[in-house]
Amino acid sequence: MKHFILASILAGAMALPAYAADYSIMAPAAPGGGWDQTARSLQTALQKEKISNRVQVMNVPGAGGTIGIAQFASQQKGNPNALMVGGYVMVGAILTNKSPVTLKDVTPIARLTGEYEAIVVPASSEIKTIGDLVAKLKENPGAVSWGGGSAGGTDHIATGLIAKAAGVDPTKINYIAFSGGGEALAAILGSQVTAGISSFGEFESQIKAGSLRLLAVSSEQRIQGVDAPTLKESKLDVVIQNWRMVAAAPGISAEQKAAILADFEKLEKSATWQETMKTKGWADTYLAGPAFEEQLAKDIASTETILKDIGLVK
Amino acid sequence: MSTFQFLLEGLAAAMLPMNLLYALVGVTLGTMVGVLPGIGPATTVALLLPVTYQLDATGSLIMFAGIYYGGMYGGSTTSILLNTPGESASIVTALEGNKMARAGRGGPALATAAIGSFVAGLIATLALAFVAPFIVKIALVFGPREYFALMVLAFITVSSAFGDSTLRGLTSLFIGLALSLVGIDQLTGQNRLSFGVPDLLDGIEVTTMAVAMFAIGETLYIAAQGATAPDKIEAVKGSVWMTGQDWARSWKAWLRGTLIGFPIGAMPAGGAEIGTFLSYATEKKLSKHPEEFGKGAIEGVAGPEAANNASAAGTLVPLLTLGLPTSATAAIMLAGFQQYGLQPGPLLFATNPQLVWGLIASLLIANLMLLVLNLPLVGLWVRLLTIPKPWLYAGILLFATLGTIGANPSVFELGMLLLFGLIAYGMRVFGYPIAPVIVGLILGPLAEQQLRRALAISQGDVTVLFTSPIAAGLLIVAALALIVPLILRARGRGDVLNQMAASED
Repeated sequence: MKHFILASILAGAMALPAYAADYSIMAPAAPGGGWDQTARSLQTALQKEKISNRVQVMNVPGAGGTIGIAQFASQQKGNPNALMVGGYVMVGAILTNKSPVTLKDVTPIARLTGEYEAIVVPASSEIKTIGDLVAKLKENPGAVSWGGGSAGGTDHIATGLIAKAAGVDPTKINYIAFSGGGEALAAILGSQVTAGISSFGEFESQIKAGSLRLLAVSSEQRIQGVDAPTLKESKLDVVIQNWRMVAAAPGISAEQKAAILADFEKLEKSATWQETMKTKGWADTYLAGPAFEEQLAKDIASTETILKDIGLVK
Repeated sequence: MSTFQFLLEGLAAAMLPMNLLYALVGVTLGTMVGVLPGIGPATTVALLLPVTYQLDATGSLIMFAGIYYGGMYGGSTTSILLNTPGESASIVTALEGNKMARAGRGGPALATAAIGSFVAGLIATLALAFVAPFIVKIALVFGPREYFALMVLAFITVSSAFGDSTLRGLTSLFIGLALSLVGIDQLTGQNRLSFGVPDLLDGIEVTTMAVAMFAIGETLYIAAQGATAPDKIEAVKGSVWMTGQDWARSWKAWLRGTLIGFPIGAMPAGGAEIGTFLSYATEKKLSKHPEEFGKGAIEGVAGPEAANNASAAGTLVPLLTLGLPTSATAAIMLAGFQQYGLQPGPLLFATNPQLVWGLIASLLIANLMLLVLNLPLVGLWVRLLTIPKPWLYAGILLFATLGTIGANPSVFELGMLLLFGLIAYGMRVFGYPIAPVIVGLILGPLAEQQLRRALAISQGDVTVLFTSPIAAGLLIVAALALIVPLILRARGRGDVLNQMAASED
């Protein structure tokens, strides 16, 4: 019985709303995923750097973050202490799920980190370069199966962009969605699919061990220490990153927004946050203020176009 | 240094008093949170992982291993005693375990679950240490078509859990399959049957459904019986401990469960539930007491519990050898490992032997600690059943609700819990079995996705489903499982089979 009582206290504590906290950060995903890890890393770093006394994290999982953002926009309106983690996946999910609440209904603060996409094939594959892959794709788009994450996510979008850049009809791509990077990676390693596409970090150790061949990365410039061309050098005009950001509640004043922005400027420069990004393998793609808002608008527009091209959004 | 030396060194480190204490704390915390229905090991580990950050690498690994195994075990305790599975992998445990508990044999049920978990954990962890590189090669051969064949086999064998009426069993199964279609389609990202309700976009949560079907439905059913219900459950009949016969019936089931659970857990898309389903079906087929199934057969607890724990260790095979997180729990573990500077992947065994063997040694210690903690508690747990019925069921309702809310703080989720509880009540009243609904909900999407993936890769060529040797082999076994009983029945041996099939309520 003692266990039950203790456990119920624990459960009660979990269900309590976040009062008496400087910041409460919503991770619109289940514990363990990228957004949750970002939220919890922010929590640790903000507290350690004494930017905020007490930070709480709450998870509202579901549907690529669209459930979280809907709840955040309606419940936290005007609350200067409420923050939400989000990312590029949300941009696609809002469009495919026809979410009534969009990123326009929250106050974007800054893009924090990003991961670039990598295109790989199993080591045993006859495909040696990205050029080989594109040639095969042009020959018969259906014969090239791409293994990656969930439908309409960054991996799927990147595949569509590559096809389009290569002059192949994006609706013809044979994209096989797997739930989670692990399952996709297994299918690629087992040569079940022609090629794999996912965040570089997912493949990194396999590439080092020689079981996967890295064909190209989706960054603007070559990634330091990585021996692979960018898609751009390979005459495919695609630059895409799976970025993560932090947003504040809608309806906050300009001063409140400036205060949050200042806090994140401080965080970005702090040793703790820099160290966290290094250990987690997240690229620092910090972008804040009007520059971020402009980039965000561009990302949303280009995502909508490609999702329409692929046929996921009508 | 040889493999064995590393392991011994790891064990020596884990045996330090301070580390043993960490293991104990981890196991206790893990069990405490794990008993909450709806909170499975993944959530338990995610919630408790930050606790371990304050310790050094060895200490935190050990505590982490304790939390993991504790969380796994906690789910089976509530399944057995209260018929409220804490997570999808312990649903099968509830089938026989709760029947045993209500027949006054909760003690042996808990004991066989604990010892079975220990045996399976021990064997599987040793297998992880010594044969992981081989197992993973086999696991990678499994592509969509092989998985689809495995799902077909699972559907057919699991149908033995459908009860005495095939029609009612199939009806329940199809309710589950229909519900499994709700939400965003994995392969195309389109919504199905969500009727514009955003909360339905992610489909129906298996644990919510399991808790509703088992706990809420049961509570309503008991409440509706009112004073006409049979008298108080006899909490303890005979010994609290396992008798000689219990041991004799359990040990083979433990070993078989381990044998089934470990490789399936090691498969990137295997999952713990399928191992428990297959183990249950196997035990039912092989048991000398098939008539007891559905009324509290100890093999039906021993096998699936062993399979559950073995598959938990199996999950670590692709995680440690390939860096593949194949379950939610594994994904959280990956995050945890990174915290300790451990980068799982193909080079891990070569570059970080101390930490890997430290982890494996920690798992062994945590496994032992779990047994040490839980066996003496069996007597205490069983006394839960002596609580007067109104209080007991009120408590079950409370914990079922708390667990669901804890896992997903949403009013909608609570509404679903109650709605499905009402449906489950109706199904009980009209004699429809509950388990197939959950089976359909779990296996349906897996089978559908793998089939569609296989066909997408082959660009619509159906023959690929049979041309792989493994897939063909699995399909043949499935066909035999379907046809052989029909032949036997036709040859006049139907009585035996009818008896076998009639054992589930």
